[in-house]
Amino acid sequence: MSSSNLETIRSLAEQDYKWGFITDIEEERVPKGLDEKTVRLISAKKNEPEFMLQWRLKALHHWQSLEKAQAEPTWANIKYPPIDYQEIVYYSAPKKKVNLEKLEDLDPEILRTYEKLGIPLLEQKRLAGVAVDAVFDSVSVGTTFKEKLSEIGVIFCSFSEAVQKHPELIQKYLGSVVPHTDNFFAALNAAVFTDGSFVYVPKGVRCPLELSTYFRINAADTGQFERTLIIADEGAYVSYLEGCTAPIRDQNQLHAAVVELIALDNAQIKYSTVQNWYPGDKEGKGGIYNFVTKRGKCQGVNSKISWTQVETGSAITWKYPSCILQGDNSVGEFYSVALTNNYQQADTGTKMIHIGKNSRSTVVSKGISAGHGQNTYRGQVKIMKGATGARNYTQCDSLLIGDKCGAHTFPYIEVRNSTARMEHEASTSKIGEDQLFYLRQRGLSAEDAVSMIVNGFCKRVFKELPMEFAVEAQKLLGVSLEGSVG
Amino acid sequence: MSLLEIKNLHASVDGHEILKGIDLTINAGEVHSIMGPNGSGKSTLAQVLSRHPAYEVTQGQAIYNGKDLLEMKPEEAACEGIFLAFQYPVEIPGIGNAYFLRSALNAIRKYRGEDEMDAIDFLPMFREKLKLLEMDDKLMSRSVNEGFSGGEKKRNEILQMAVLEPKLAILDETDSGLDIDALKIVAKGVNALRNSERAMLVVTHYQRLLNYIVPDFVHVLVDGRIVRSGGKELALELEEKGYVFETEARQAMLA
Repeated sequence: MSSSNLETIRSLAEQDYKWGFITDIEEERVPKGLDEKTVRLISAKKNEPEFMLQWRLKALHHWQSLEKAQAEPTWANIKYPPIDYQEIVYYSAPKKKVNLEKLEDLDPEILRTYEKLGIPLLEQKRLAGVAVDAVFDSVSVGTTFKEKLSEIGVIFCSFSEAVQKHPELIQKYLGSVVPHTDNFFAALNAAVFTDGSFVYVPKGVRCPLELSTYFRINAADTGQFERTLIIADEGAYVSYLEGCTAPIRDQNQLHAAVVELIALDNAQIKYSTVQNWYPGDKEGKGGIYNFVTKRGKCQGVNSKISWTQVETGSAITWKYPSCILQGDNSVGEFYSVALTNNYQQADTGTKMIHIGKNSRSTVVSKGISAGHGQNTYRGQVKIMKGATGARNYTQCDSLLIGDKCGAHTFPYIEVRNSTARMEHEASTSKIGEDQLFYLRQRGLSAEDAVSMIVNGFCKRVFKELPMEFAVEAQKLLGVSLEGSVG
Repeated sequence: MSLLEIKNLHASVDGHEILKGIDLTINAGEVHSIMGPNGSGKSTLAQVLSRHPAYEVTQGQAIYNGKDLLEMKPEEAACEGIFLAFQYPVEIPGIGNAYFLRSALNAIRKYRGEDEMDAIDFLPMFREKLKLLEMDDKLMSRSVNEGFSGGEKKRNEILQMAVLEPKLAILDETDSGLDIDALKIVAKGVNALRNSERAMLVVTHYQRLLNYIVPDFVHVLVDGRIVRSGGKELALELEEKGYVFETEARQAMLA
């Protein structure tokens, strides 16, 4: 490839992180380190009922045994120095003067932060369409449209509030999809998670708004451990969006979240993520370790769960949004774009576990590697004995930009029922000089040409995103979306 | 002033000199044909003039429309009105044809300080051009060149040319891989675009294309130099005698 084209690609891949500012607010934080005291302190600060404390302690003890056994997972295709879990602050919250009843009571600094990020919470109240829950460091700072949603029985609030107001739902569903014993980071999260979002959509209700959570890590040396729980009761529908950013800091910060989705009979959950945590600088210094467990359970018949993710941030990404297809005729979908540049590493993919009869799953993964980025797709499709007539389609494509990056694919397929139908397609391509020249010869700048090629490559996934998120995803990848023509 | 004036142009790729001193002058409204045996440098000339970054110009100059063409990036040359119909058009998965073409048109219009064209103005114009090339509407919502037959790809090149309305159109072996019916349609499209403002440089190995796109001038390229120039009858003569004759003549000249 000629030097001028490489130059362009480099500059495009090295665009600056625009969300790296720090908000100057007073914080309340607990001392560094993790033991039973920390967990009790967090639980007490949140004024939790006894069952929550006991649940956390069980998780803590499990995690401690894992740590002692050095059972932090090492199988992923990522490299990072050992994390000192005693050097992390497990709780940090903006100090608030009063108990927040109205959004207007929020610290103006925080409101300004969200405005800078493009999410004016107060504005959101007036604009129909999206209801936002904003999580700042460890706690949820405001949920818009709450009253409007409650009129139709939809509960959308911070996790802490749900623990207070709907303990029966929490007790019933918390940990039912991702138990604290699931993995190292899930155990850690269960012990110390501080907030997150909670959604319950009652029987037969189609949630009229896109629900959205915006996660922001602000404080230094903190980990963010949030937990999201979404329940769609029989025949319900909900679309949920999640966005993430963090300031630029030299130290790596840990983000170990858990997301649990539960879809009952004929229910549908659509979960979309645009993840743009600070990826570290050009030399690979700093950035977020994004070690996340996301899983949905299609518990009822004809239920459906779709994951759509656009991942451009984080120094290291380790996440596999998965579906347990338990109900007969249930459907699981996973659409993913993962971009790694500079020294970013991503090991991401999905698991589709087919239990119910005629359960179907679709996996479309698009990995883009630039700079020294390393991008791994890891996917598991498992057809259990009883899953007669199960079907899976997997498409897994990698695009390489430049000559120092890498793409890796690890598909695992396990079939225990001979009636299953499996399809797996994979491809690896490089943005070729010929492609670039063709577009430039038609008058497009080299930057626009690269954007267009990348955009075309990701189209199948972008189509699955709600409109406003598609726009953000497109901005993040530095591409222009297709217009109405063509 | 000529539209394009090339003097003593030398160009190499990966250190191999391909063009060894080209002199060529093209005026607005003229159709020139470059003919020559395989490996003589025909396609290289087309690529250099459209500013492919893989080719290094080592000597000489090319003045296009009063500006130094060799200083331009590919997109600048394109925006200044140079269009290359590719010998091997490239596929761009996931990008619709119509969208791509409107983006290209708007990039060019923006460069020239004109307003961008919205979909409402673009579509009727675009449909008109589709008819000219006898192309199916359905092809246009598909990705750029993806799944197109060889003939469809070549027709698509001329369609793009019709939409972008270049000042200088360079056709690189547009006839290769075309059956006679497709060739006639392509030629019809090209001829419809001939006018007193627009110049064309038609690169071809075979005389066949020139029965349909009749050139004003024919140049014979051998071993990186133009060894003979003449009118359209020169093409017929070449067809009869073959390039061997010209190659020998050139060797004799050098000896």
